[in-house]
Amino acid sequence: MTKQQANWSPYDNNGGSCVAIAGADYCVIAADTRMSTGYNILTREYSKICKLADKCVMASSGFQADVKALQKQLAARHLIYQHQHNKQMSCPAMAQLLSNTLYYKRFFPYYSFNVLGGLDNEGKGCVFTYDAVGSYEKVGYSSQGYGSTLIMPFLDNQLKSPSPLLLPVQDAVTPLVEAEAVDLVKTVFASASERDIYTGDKLEIVVVNAAGIRREYMELRKD
Amino acid sequence: MFRNQYDTDVTTWSPAGRLFQVEYAMEAVKQGSAAIGLRSKTHIVLGCVNKANSELSSHQKKIFKVDDHIGVAIAGLTADGRVLSRYMRNESINYSFTYESPLPVGRLVVQLADKAQVCTQRSWKRPYGVGLLVAGLDESGAHLYYNCPSGNYFEYQAFAIGSRSQAAKTYLERRFENFADSSRDYLVKDALMAIRETLQGETLKSSICTVAVVGVGEPFHVLDQETVQQMIDAFEIVGEQEGPAAEPDASAVLEAAAEQGAAAADQGGSTDEGVAPMDI
Repeated sequence: MTKQQANWSPYDNNGGSCVAIAGADYCVIAADTRMSTGYNILTREYSKICKLADKCVMASSGFQADVKALQKQLAARHLIYQHQHNKQMSCPAMAQLLSNTLYYKRFFPYYSFNVLGGLDNEGKGCVFTYDAVGSYEKVGYSSQGYGSTLIMPFLDNQLKSPSPLLLPVQDAVTPLVEAEAVDLVKTVFASASERDIYTGDKLEIVVVNAAGIRREYMELRKD
Repeated sequence: MFRNQYDTDVTTWSPAGRLFQVEYAMEAVKQGSAAIGLRSKTHIVLGCVNKANSELSSHQKKIFKVDDHIGVAIAGLTADGRVLSRYMRNESINYSFTYESPLPVGRLVVQLADKAQVCTQRSWKRPYGVGLLVAGLDESGAHLYYNCPSGNYFEYQAFAIGSRSQAAKTYLERRFENFADSSRDYLVKDALMAIRETLQGETLKSSICTVAVVGVGEPFHVLDQETVQQMIDAFEIVGEQEGPAAEPDASAVLEAAAEQGAAAADQGGSTDEGVAPMDI
């Protein structure tokens, strides 16, 4: 008697890729806008990026229904925080909240692969990368989603991340200027779109800096 | 109101059909420092008097933001008010989460009223000792409600609660017909005038009052001290010029801002406001 397998899955993967890069006084968060299921495209104009707080932005790839539910949860929790503390949540605080929220559903996870980007309390760029159940790490840059296998090695090469095992502890925050980081992101997505079928259509870039939050778009391959 | 044998318990009726504990709870509201609210078609203004326990302490927070479109001012047991505000915030967040749209104010006040009613019909509870002026904007327009410890709620064009609120109410009764079409700034000025009425001769300064506004295109927020002081300065002079019976303390303010007299003169709408503060 073989083990019974479910013939229905509560999950689906809507594809796409997301990236975040932290700089000395800015953070770039980007994701493509293609939403797919299987080999089909559902829409070419879906935003995977969500502003959680004044200086904190999250991009998530995976199952967008779970992503939406997760974003709503965090937004509601942020409102409560603002009522209680009379201020916006900092990026590191939101990072911990996201981790806790994900682990809360450890046994029926949010199928959401997230990168959180923003400015920390000193105005320095920070990026946090997650798995689906909340394990997270502060890094200088990260990517998630189908395209991350193509994107991550390229970012490692270009941003020359020091090994986290080295002493003294070195910051992986890139010395690149904001314009260079945005350019890098555009290059990275253009390349990923070439080979990854789930990445393409349009690229949405969000830049968080002292002046606030700015949004940019770039066309990508539509095939 | 005097003590009697029917007032020990909220679940005891008096022979005259009254629940004394509930009425005593409403007395608690009257002891709190004043809170006022007034509305036009597009804006609602809440104001309150900041009373501190002593010179050494800070004053208690009496105006709470519930959501971008709803705010509340309380009078009475501020602890009860705080707890109810937390409840309101929670309800608002849950509603937005489920329906992706702002909680209609009318719904919120009914929920609040039902919550208050429960405490009037349980032997192990006591009524909330706080009155709430709920100001909110929704699809059907601008609303101002008053929620009572009894579980009743009423909609108002303008209202005042707390100690010496009768003075403010009298002022508001005189002026309320103009409120519906008032501009936002005049509404705030009227609120400040109403607050002044409750001060019984004390000078109106931004440090002893708090004002909050919510309106079309303007999410609920508390005005900062500077803005409030500017508005006080702008109308205080008019009050001094037009009203011979205005409080003597205001004259010091007038001297400091004499140059603004000419500019303030064309705020003709408030010509009949220069009256002496009323005794209760």
